[in-house]
Amino acid sequence: MKLNAEEEAMLNGEQGEPRRWAMEHMMRVGRFFDAEDFVEVTQAHIMADTESLGEAGVKFLEGIAACTPAERQVRIPMITDPRGIDFCHYQRLRQTELMASLEQRAIDAFEAMGILMTNTCINYQTIMPPVRGEHLAFGDTGVVIYCNSVLGAYSNFEGGPSSLAAGLTGRTPRYGLHLDQNRRATRRFRVDCELRSLSDWGALGGILGARTGSYWEVPVIEGIDSQPGSDEMKHMGAAMASFGSVPLFHLVGITPEAPTLETVCDPDNLVAETITASDLDAFFTRYGGKGEKVDVVVFSAPQLSLLEMQSLAELLDDKHLHPDTSLLACTSPVVAADARRLGLVERIEASGALVLEGMCFYQSYAREMGEANGWKRLMTNSVKLTNIIGGYGYEPTLSNMENCVASAIAGEVL
Amino acid sequence: MQNIELVCHVGVGPTVTGEALVTDDNFSARYDLDRIAGIFSRPQHKLVGYSYVDKIMVFNTAKGGVASAWMLHEMKSRGIAPRAILFNNVNPILAQGAALADMAMCDRFADGDVTRLIKTGDQVTVNPGIGMVTINHAGKAGKH
Repeated sequence: MKLNAEEEAMLNGEQGEPRRWAMEHMMRVGRFFDAEDFVEVTQAHIMADTESLGEAGVKFLEGIAACTPAERQVRIPMITDPRGIDFCHYQRLRQTELMASLEQRAIDAFEAMGILMTNTCINYQTIMPPVRGEHLAFGDTGVVIYCNSVLGAYSNFEGGPSSLAAGLTGRTPRYGLHLDQNRRATRRFRVDCELRSLSDWGALGGILGARTGSYWEVPVIEGIDSQPGSDEMKHMGAAMASFGSVPLFHLVGITPEAPTLETVCDPDNLVAETITASDLDAFFTRYGGKGEKVDVVVFSAPQLSLLEMQSLAELLDDKHLHPDTSLLACTSPVVAADARRLGLVERIEASGALVLEGMCFYQSYAREMGEANGWKRLMTNSVKLTNIIGGYGYEPTLSNMENCVASAIAGEVL
Repeated sequence: MQNIELVCHVGVGPTVTGEALVTDDNFSARYDLDRIAGIFSRPQHKLVGYSYVDKIMVFNTAKGGVASAWMLHEMKSRGIAPRAILFNNVNPILAQGAALADMAMCDRFADGDVTRLIKTGDQVTVNPGIGMVTINHAGKAGKH
């Protein structure tokens, strides 16, 4: 890879061990993907819940945090994805003191590096939405696909180590989605069904993700006849990234890089595959569980926006959950503060539900929480969550928010 | 039996040898594994119930989830990890994870679909530095 003088200095250790490690790490990755040089990035966002970090990852972070302030401080604004613990509620969730203590050690290390603990996967809705053409090093696949597709920014999926390396150096290897030639559509889909709920948008994302199936393929989608808002794009993108590792999509006439089909592909060389209402129905029915006891209803993955919190509050007003069913709603600290100020948290929790702040369900030791609380049947409107949570020992059911709430009140999957 | 050499893109990590466990399914450390028990746990995964410990894993591609980048490092620190992972095409997350964990990883095989070129049970040497995977001798016929 071609390095400039500053990059050479960092690689040679002249600016401390953390930046030397960061350059070495990024060069390994850059060589893997044939990057010719680095591109400067303006923001970094790091996924670093302690379930995935483990003791080894936390020790790694503490090693960097132990360096001098000049060596360990990140160079660009850097923020965090959801944590694994809400310190106000972890005991109620039967998470352990060991989990909380590991979490606190990770937080201490991040703060020593100058990283802002935003604890959110909806930073594009709440913190600093990127601008078209801005190069970024964002973690969380849902964040990346939204920022690439809806906002026209440039980011690869950056796992924790690579995000951290980008934060320490202010750059990332120039490969993948940082290159315009990799942003052209390679798959073409036509949507021929009505999308009535966030979970419908998520299901469409899941279907498109599964059919696309690769980080290196870009779907372009025609036929959407309703105007999506930010939450619709959030659910669709998160599901697409989850089911297919897809980092970018184009919606013709909606997303900024695709004002027309011809802008992103040669239509004569891409045959359109159609997604129908029966495809959507089949996606929902594969999960099953109707009539069974529901142990936990989860709204998370991605965290809820303020508008989703309002919808949830309206559905739960004057209602009480079934005594054998829990309902958890995960949101960002920013949204939680607003929701509290606006009385939404109080309305949601009056039903017996719990609002969790700064965490995301699947990043929170979901297996151990399930075992400790006897949770098996999980109901959610998040397609992304249904895709992940089976591996943690749960049996997921997918439905819209209204039916999830009604089921939590009834105590069974309706 | 003659060794078979498979050329691939230059990868990351050290040269290692081990027994292959092959599937045409995809992979995420977050979605698919019980990382404490060292087995595939996602019911829909084609390798559910199989141990991945010390295996040369062969998959089609990687799935979403940035967590795998930390998880390979964490799994290796406890000695409950694959020895190498091969893909037809990998996403950045797994490559970044292998770079941190110093785990052998390669993709983009010149001779086609690696999930068909290598069989479960084959003894395989992975040399990421030059982009070469060698099937040292024919193993028993694979199940996957």
